[in-house]
Amino acid sequence: MSEHHAIDVDKHVRSYMIVFASLMVLTIVTVAVSYLDVSVAAAIALGLVIATVKASLVAAVFMHLIDEKKVIYWMLVCTLAAFFVLLLVPYWTSVTDQVGG
Amino acid sequence: MAEPVRGKDEEHEHQHELGFWRKYVFSTDHKVIGVQYTITGLCFLFLGFSLMMLMRWQLAYPDQPIPLIGKLLGQARAPGGIMTGDFYNELGAMHGTIMVFLGVVPLAVGGFGNFVLPLQIGAPDMAFPRLNMASYWFLFLGGMTMLASFFAPGGAAASGWTSYAPLSDIAMNGQTWWLVGMVFLITSSLLGAINFITTTLQLRAKGLSYMRLPFFVWSQLVTAFLLLLAFPPLETAAVLQLMDRLAGTSFFLPSGLVVGGEVLQVSGGGSPLLWQHLFWFLAHPEVYVLILPALGIVAEIIANTTRKPLWGYRAMVYSLIFLGFMSFIVWAHHMFITGMGTVMSSFFQTTTMIISIPSVVILTALILSLWGGSIRFNAPMLFALAFLPMFGIGGLTGLPLGLAAADIPLHDTYYVIGHFHYVVAPGTLFALMAGVYYWYPKVTGRMMSERLARIHFWPSLLFMNCIFFPMLIQGLNGVSRRLADGGVTYDFAGDVIGLNKMMSFSAWGLAVAQIPFVVNFFWSLRNGEKASANPWQATTIEWQAPSPPPHGNFAAPQVAYRGPYEYSVPGHEVDYLPQSQPPAAATT
Amino acid sequence: MEIPYTVERNPETGLSNGKIGIWLFLTSEVMLFGALFATYIMLRVGGADWQHDQMEAGLNIPLATVNTIVLITSSVTMVMAWASLVRRQLDRYRLFMLATVAFGFVFLIIKYFEYTAKFSHGHFPETSTFLAIYFTMTGLHGLHVIGGMAVNFYLAVPGAKLWQRNPQWLTDRVEHSGLFWHFVDLVWIFLFPVFYLL
Repeated sequence: MSEHHAIDVDKHVRSYMIVFASLMVLTIVTVAVSYLDVSVAAAIALGLVIATVKASLVAAVFMHLIDEKKVIYWMLVCTLAAFFVLLLVPYWTSVTDQVGG
Repeated sequence: MAEPVRGKDEEHEHQHELGFWRKYVFSTDHKVIGVQYTITGLCFLFLGFSLMMLMRWQLAYPDQPIPLIGKLLGQARAPGGIMTGDFYNELGAMHGTIMVFLGVVPLAVGGFGNFVLPLQIGAPDMAFPRLNMASYWFLFLGGMTMLASFFAPGGAAASGWTSYAPLSDIAMNGQTWWLVGMVFLITSSLLGAINFITTTLQLRAKGLSYMRLPFFVWSQLVTAFLLLLAFPPLETAAVLQLMDRLAGTSFFLPSGLVVGGEVLQVSGGGSPLLWQHLFWFLAHPEVYVLILPALGIVAEIIANTTRKPLWGYRAMVYSLIFLGFMSFIVWAHHMFITGMGTVMSSFFQTTTMIISIPSVVILTALILSLWGGSIRFNAPMLFALAFLPMFGIGGLTGLPLGLAAADIPLHDTYYVIGHFHYVVAPGTLFALMAGVYYWYPKVTGRMMSERLARIHFWPSLLFMNCIFFPMLIQGLNGVSRRLADGGVTYDFAGDVIGLNKMMSFSAWGLAVAQIPFVVNFFWSLRNGEKASANPWQATTIEWQAPSPPPHGNFAAPQVAYRGPYEYSVPGHEVDYLPQSQPPAAATT
Repeated sequence: MEIPYTVERNPETGLSNGKIGIWLFLTSEVMLFGALFATYIMLRVGGADWQHDQMEAGLNIPLATVNTIVLITSSVTMVMAWASLVRRQLDRYRLFMLATVAFGFVFLIIKYFEYTAKFSHGHFPETSTFLAIYFTMTGLHGLHVIGGMAVNFYLAVPGAKLWQRNPQWLTDRVEHSGLFWHFVDLVWIFLFPVFYLL
């Protein structure tokens, strides 16, 4: 007994190939976009957005997250919350109004 | 239908054929591993306590030769038997490190969690038995590394258990050992956390829904999540500090740092505050790791010894979960005086005030659970009862520290030391002792002596307060922490320094008061009254297994028919109804 | 004594123990690398002259782009290895697994050339905080690649014997190892633009 029938897997394999192609394109786009003459902030935003799209495709399709169970979703939500706190809060403590200037 | 899992698990079927080493040393049985963690934890608690007793000599009699063992400490650490300032710092850093990471956590989580959790949920073992064994051996490795560090040139780590940069970056060899030891210990906890969460999610007995779980299981589950998500940043930080120390990087070294009169030849550009953020991101949830299992143990004992269900179980569970989430966003209350602006200070002050609410809810519920109870003042209950006001004092003294303005005069004073010791020492340690008295029969099949327990309890309670309450007073009078001479040279400290002598004698008295406990622990193994499966007439599922339980735990799969604390059920002849006891057949 | 739900799915969660275990491990890895990204942010907005240090370091964008493509391709071969097991095609499984390991090897070779080029120009972790975080993050990532390769090789060759005893368990293990491998790819998807392009 396998969880995924051989027939279902064919659909999966199709989506793997589509994602593969998309990731290749997005990689080229990432590099190309980095040569655009935009502000640092815009460049960072653009780069991170594209990376997030690529990452989401890997996570949703390759890692089967798109049809995973609730338990896993909850774990990831909690983790991402902690992740963003760690990423942003120390940064905010160093750039918001400082005591003594 | 799943095909039966064979191969590696064949070893479980042939448990009786396993040699001494596979059965008692490299075992994958959660009970053996739990005992290993417990023994290791207790040994390190003793060691950490001993380090402190040395420090207390220096505080009571600054720069006097240490009697008896002064000469044994060597010229580098104690020339003429007098403790050097560096040695004092070494003792301080290692006392904290050992007590937190090698004493309390292994005992509370590795020991009690491992042994009791699978039994309380009716499981045959943890979800990943071999991973469990690996967790213990990583702890052992970490412990050995920390012990070995005392023999490094320059001694063990001496930059505080907090290892703040830039001091820790440029400190002697021992600090490198500390970092490597921490990597092992963190790995141990991470693997353990994965095991605990998977086990609780997957291996609960039929009918054991989440809201029927013993509060102890909930406390271990939330603790595991804290360990899982909060420890990795410290592991990262340890790697970064190792890079600074070994590869010459400047992660935590600012530009232009002057050491020994000379500018340090590094790239600079690093941030000492970065270390503090990464450290406290773990270390704040870590303090909840220290207290949550204790709350779980106390809850189990109170329900059992009052012969009543816990008051406010649901509120307690929701508080636990809320506390778990909040614990990730309060850490910079340890950094109020680092120059943060008012926006972020206010943020952390607010979250810190909010997080006190669930703690208060849980403590209040435990206290209210006593009301109307038919209380059995046995050994576990004495310690569990004492825990309540002690944790209360610990928690209340934390409030001024959580308020940014009030924290300014109190930060880095003895007030802080008094606060956190109240929570961990007569708080968590008392709860852990209660847990030992409570579950000893299940683990060993013998009861501990009640008389020895009382001789252990009363002096311990007295001395704990005599050591730590004066610290609050000293701190309010401005005595800083980590002073190798205890603050005698500060005029403003004045009278309160005199308290040091009394506190030191109390510490030594506390050590003597543990002797009945150690004697009881070993004596009862052979001579304690034989224990039945359920000597406390308790309801939770672990008491349905024999004392001690065999490999695989239960003769038959357990099913939960009711909540975990069905005590004094109206109409029932006996005052307790075990969770997995089948209901009597209907009479109509 | 066997542990329930090692292979069979738990009726309440719908999952096997291993699936939960590997995802929990990945959440801890998210926090590990998260701390490194937080470090990057703190260092970049801190005292160092980031633009200057980054230009001085002279990272090789074309080489890293190739590496990105290599890793993405290895993710495809990894998931195809799992799909082959579901289709009960043991030979194709082995091929895809070994291809994944091979791509990992290519990644590491390219990294080796990158690192040695840096060193030969006197660019070490101690040279600047930019290089410090660059070497540390890519280094740690590289260690994860090695770890993943080791597990994948084990599952491809000696560990494949499990197919005879319990094919579903092997399929699950390959899926779980794949999750780790995809995560490693994920980290690189962010590392690449952050260090080389931004």
